Amino acid sequence: MFSLASIATMSACIFLFGLFFAIVTNFQSMVKEAESGVAVTVFFEPGITQEQIEAIGNEIRGRAEVSDYQFVSAEEAWMEFKEDYFKGHAEAAEGFAEDNPLANSASYAIYLSDVSMQPVLVDYLNGLEGVREVRHSATVANTLSDFNSLIGYISVGIILILFLVAIFLISNTVTTGIAVRRDEIGIMKLIGATDSFVRAPFIVEGVLIGLIGAILPLLLLYLLYNKIVVYIGAKFSFLSNLINFVPVDKVFHALVPAALVLGVGIGFLGSRITIRKHLNV
Amino acid sequence: MIKLQHVSKSYSAGIPALNDVNLEIEEGEFVFVVGDSGSGKSTLIKLLLKELDPTEGEILINGKRLGAIRHKQIPKFRRDLGVVFQDFRLLKDRNVYDNVAFAQRVIGASVRESRKKVPQMLSMVGLAAKYKSFPKQLSGGEQQRVAIARALINRPKILLADEPTGNLDSNNAWEIMKLLEEINERGTTVVVVTHNMEIVKVMQKRIITIQKGVIISDVNGGEYEN
Repeated sequence: MFSLASIATMSACIFLFGLFFAIVTNFQSMVKEAESGVAVTVFFEPGITQEQIEAIGNEIRGRAEVSDYQFVSAEEAWMEFKEDYFKGHAEAAEGFAEDNPLANSASYAIYLSDVSMQPVLVDYLNGLEGVREVRHSATVANTLSDFNSLIGYISVGIILILFLVAIFLISNTVTTGIAVRRDEIGIMKLIGATDSFVRAPFIVEGVLIGLIGAILPLLLLYLLYNKIVVYIGAKFSFLSNLINFVPVDKVFHALVPAALVLGVGIGFLGSRITIRKHLNV
Repeated sequence: MIKLQHVSKSYSAGIPALNDVNLEIEEGEFVFVVGDSGSGKSTLIKLLLKELDPTEGEILINGKRLGAIRHKQIPKFRRDLGVVFQDFRLLKDRNVYDNVAFAQRVIGASVRESRKKVPQMLSMVGLAAKYKSFPKQLSGGEQQRVAIARALINRPKILLADEPTGNLDSNNAWEIMKLLEEINERGTTVVVVTHNMEIVKVMQKRIITIQKGVIISDVNGGEYEN
């Protein structure tokens, strides 16, 4: 009876954890996506040689925080500019035909694997020979990395609270179990049962509660996740451009071990702490 | 086998439950401990089981000083003692066989060994046919027999019985006493705490009388007066 109640509450806790985990995963994926669009652009000193540009490229490639970089030649820059600003007025651009106004605008567009490392990279790039200017948006980078750590703090906070609640619940169950089986425990001790023999059933019970209490909500979340994604997509179609949901398999790849470890760990800890407190064996 | 030297036990405050008790029980003896309720008999049993520690003095059982036994060693120490109680203390949700086998499981005996020993023990206490019954289907006397079988299955050297006939009618009480006597004849030291004076007088065993925590007489059955 009591085990059922605590399996239910444990399930509720892990369910909330899973829900939160799924939301955070999606949020982080959105942030990551936004991050990947944030680039640092490096322009070169006039008259720089192709070899020097390549040397700078090699330096950039060697940096750990760089996920990708692209060389944009002056011609490409001009083409892009024309595309953006002279669309439908090709003849206006023709005037520049032989004289690329962006002749000194060859650049590297550098993408970061971790936006919070942007200032470090910018400092480094500024120190390189042949670099005229490093253009970056500190605001975007800072906002994204702040947002990322905020999500981190909130997740840790909520998981901690859930963790404590669940330990308290398991502890209650075990306390009741000890009360119900006090006679049996007394008999065991008089017959000469060792401490671990008396403790074992309670530990096993706690761990089982944790295990079942983790598996049930995982199954439920698995079933619900896709439905919710489809529902949100249909109901709030304007969001579908903004949000790319993380596929269910990817979420569960990390969620399943996390929930199982959490469930079993809480079950084990909760019962062990309580037995030590109440059983005096 | 059992030796108490100047043993006193006081609870938090007030009169001591036992006061400077000296006592020696030899191997193979059958001893009654008698006294009014509150005289300190139950305290004595608890001290012997190391459920309690004496406030003063020293207790030796099977040559071991109880004061020197560490918490971790208590289970092993208790396996040398069998104990039965007035209220039988059987597991209500298990049948006779499982109640006795439980004691084997506790000490880590194999299932195979239990299968051999439990029926032997049950037939010794005369309950072989009822091995599938649950405690509530048995009479008080039968329940006490199960408790005795459980106490003896691990072959303890000493059997402690705390008011074993307290909940039984006269016939059943006599049967249990006869059984305890038989067990004693097979070599087990038996200590019976009781206030059933009728039985004590007839059985002609050693009788230790405690009053207000002090041993006031220690005689053989024939010499007992009062």
